[in-house]
Amino acid sequence: MTVNLSRRQFLKASAAVGGGLALEFSFPLDTPAANGAATEVNAWVVIHPDDRVVIRIARSEMGQGTFTALAQLVAEELGCDWSKVSAEFASPNEHIRRKRIWGSMSTGGSNGVRSSQDYVRKAGALARALLLQAAAARWKVPVRECSVDKGVISHASTRRSLRYGEVAADAARLQPPAEVKLRDAKDWNIAGKPVQRLDIPDKVRGKPVFGVDVALPGMLHASIAQCPVFGGKVKTVDAAAAQGMRGVKKVVREETFVAVVADSWWRANEALKKLKIEWDPGTNGHASNETIAAMLREGLADPNLPQAHKAGDVKAALASAARLVEAEYQSPYLNHATMEPQTCTAWFRPDGFLEVWTSTQDGEASLTAAARTAGLPLEQVEVHKMMLGGGFGRRGGAQDFVTQGVTIAKALRGTPVKLMWSREEDMQHGYYRPASMVRMKAGLDAQGKLIAMHTRIACPSILAYLGYARGAANIDFTAVRTLADMPYAVPHQQVDYAMRNGHVPVGFWRAPGQQNAFYRECFIDELAVAAEKDPVQFRLGMLDPGDKNRLVLEAVAKAARWGGPLPQGVHRGLAVVNGFGSYTAMVAEVSVSAKGELQVHRIVLAIDSGYVVNPDTCRAQAESNVVFGLGSILYQENNVKDGRIVESNFHDFRLPQISEMPKVETVLVPTGGFWGGHGEPGILPLSAAVCNAIYAATGRRIRSLPLKHHDLRRA
Amino acid sequence: MLELNVNGRTHSVDVEPEMPLLWVLRDHLNLPGTKYGCGISLCGACTVHVDGEALRSCSLPVASVVGKKIVTIEGLAPQGLHRIQEAWIAHQVPQCGYCQTGMIMSAAALLAKNPSPTDADIDQTMTNLCRCGTYARVKNAIHSAAGVSATPAAPGKA
Repeated sequence: MTVNLSRRQFLKASAAVGGGLALEFSFPLDTPAANGAATEVNAWVVIHPDDRVVIRIARSEMGQGTFTALAQLVAEELGCDWSKVSAEFASPNEHIRRKRIWGSMSTGGSNGVRSSQDYVRKAGALARALLLQAAAARWKVPVRECSVDKGVISHASTRRSLRYGEVAADAARLQPPAEVKLRDAKDWNIAGKPVQRLDIPDKVRGKPVFGVDVALPGMLHASIAQCPVFGGKVKTVDAAAAQGMRGVKKVVREETFVAVVADSWWRANEALKKLKIEWDPGTNGHASNETIAAMLREGLADPNLPQAHKAGDVKAALASAARLVEAEYQSPYLNHATMEPQTCTAWFRPDGFLEVWTSTQDGEASLTAAARTAGLPLEQVEVHKMMLGGGFGRRGGAQDFVTQGVTIAKALRGTPVKLMWSREEDMQHGYYRPASMVRMKAGLDAQGKLIAMHTRIACPSILAYLGYARGAANIDFTAVRTLADMPYAVPHQQVDYAMRNGHVPVGFWRAPGQQNAFYRECFIDELAVAAEKDPVQFRLGMLDPGDKNRLVLEAVAKAARWGGPLPQGVHRGLAVVNGFGSYTAMVAEVSVSAKGELQVHRIVLAIDSGYVVNPDTCRAQAESNVVFGLGSILYQENNVKDGRIVESNFHDFRLPQISEMPKVETVLVPTGGFWGGHGEPGILPLSAAVCNAIYAATGRRIRSLPLKHHDLRRA
Repeated sequence: MLELNVNGRTHSVDVEPEMPLLWVLRDHLNLPGTKYGCGISLCGACTVHVDGEALRSCSLPVASVVGKKIVTIEGLAPQGLHRIQEAWIAHQVPQCGYCQTGMIMSAAALLAKNPSPTDADIDQTMTNLCRCGTYARVKNAIHSAAGVSATPAAPGKA
């Protein structure tokens, strides 16, 4: 199986200097069928005469496996031979010209499969219906007498058969039926199976699949320096030292950044370091951790906050409670730190058309950003979607890298320019997970039952920063989720939201709002301790029978043998959280040495996503969420000093190493009837499960992360 | 002009002697499989073999590797797949895949020196960083390529 990145990308391998691969460009074709004799049966399905099937994928692939999972769903309904399937990204330009025929191109919120499964399955089923109709017409038999198996259509009574490749051209000319019946998950042959991912063979060979790999004839390279203080500007640039440097072609000065364009990235970056840039920090030059903490604390104290949730009478219930528990939790800003830095290649073609190649979580958003920057209509721009070297939310809502790439190329019309950020730029110019602070006050009755909970959340709004609608009351659901929609039956609740935005750019960081899961599930653990109840039993006591949170909690308790014996020195913690369409529960097993060194030994995750399209990919996402989250638990934070981010590279923004990888066991418990995600839900219960286990091990209650600031020796 | 032996072929490159090997490979020899991740020898995305040693090419001045045998991911198994690449597919190791060429080069060098590494050997040698969290599969794939299968390869073909 091979990956066709895009049939419109035409990054044709050819012999090049040094025997490596050079990527050559050719112009897009207007008609889908013009590329060889392949037939577009419908927008999603292209069939070659030799039965090879190409499935178009509108969402992006950043490692989460959507590229393959969506192809599985289409192929399942199509009834083709999976060994003949490849996939390619749908063209954003064609998407616009064909009136957004591929639905959403946005890839975030664990939506890739769950919010396009209905229309991609339907597309596969419609194509199958057309192919059957075409065969029936050729045989002049009723279509109901025809059946299909692995791309071969048969008419049993006359023992005739036709391959998909033989009837595809006829099928494309027929009118599709108004309705098709989708296959029941219990009958799936391709979906639901751990098929190998379509993108992996190229990735292990080092084929040029990522945004940074784009190479075009005559292409130049750009490295960028952005004003280190968010909101600041370029004041003066002295480029004298860079002008004569080898390979340097141009210094591009814009309002908020300076870029050097050269014939290799290293040369561009070396020259950039030689520039003398004076920045105007604007009004944010004095912002720091302290000013941000003061801003959030002021929010928590604001008496006039809007309510994100209200039930019963929390004030009266707290006044009557037998026992009160109160705690404050907080989290720092966090960068995505994708391994592939932000990148965008842009080429203003001599004919006025703009070509863009980029690693994006939203091809249409990239197209829009490129067109706006270029001052061109959408139809005059193409975005070639490349594989992402990690996304995690960085490359969707914000398209800053596209705007910059197009701006730089605009200064060199006719020449393709590839912009790639240095790691330092990437670390200091993110769209960070918001820093937040939460105060929770709960009342237990005499029997230890949670009767009232008042939560105040101070958190910058991602939706406000990125310019999304926020609905009534100006409440950002990403800042209040998990706390404002608790599954627990607590009769009296109030959740107040203080939107305090600050100057640091904020964005969707894997499972946006997951700090709230850390706060809630640790606080629930505090309440269980106060009530002298087992953490599982305490939670089960507040979950309705039939609640899927209950189901995954019971599943994880069973799989992890909750309450059973543990090796000497190992302790357990637990959390249950729903989000991104799925239900997750997790048990963490940790030990803490006498010196206070933490080791996370084992993570057991139970997840109910309704359906499972590729169980192996789902397990990989569980492993991924654990490691991604572990970095934020142990080490990671982005501090602010003098208006800028302090951290600059992986020495001060540490990622866990292979030696720190815990054993991850994933229990898939799909109950059907709904479609949940996998890219993010697994991270939701992690911080709380680990910190609750640390409490069990040491008696120390962790209310802020990362752990590097905490003394974990037994209290 | 500097003469470089890359993937069994000799190349003449007209570059500054201090240019790191990574950029010579990526921008001058059109070998983009070797990745930039940090530029300070931390992440290992730029790992290549120099005379059989897994080294981080982002911090190797090109002049220092003249006369040495350089192998990149593109040259690891030019006629097919190295057993470590086969194991990577069998265990479905990569997610985004960006760090994986460096991982594979590190793992191939490890196996060449230590045919049956223990978990501790792997922990010590495989210092490459992966943001997607493929570590468990990396370990399993190395064991499986070494012929000591710690855990069976999970995914099969449909």
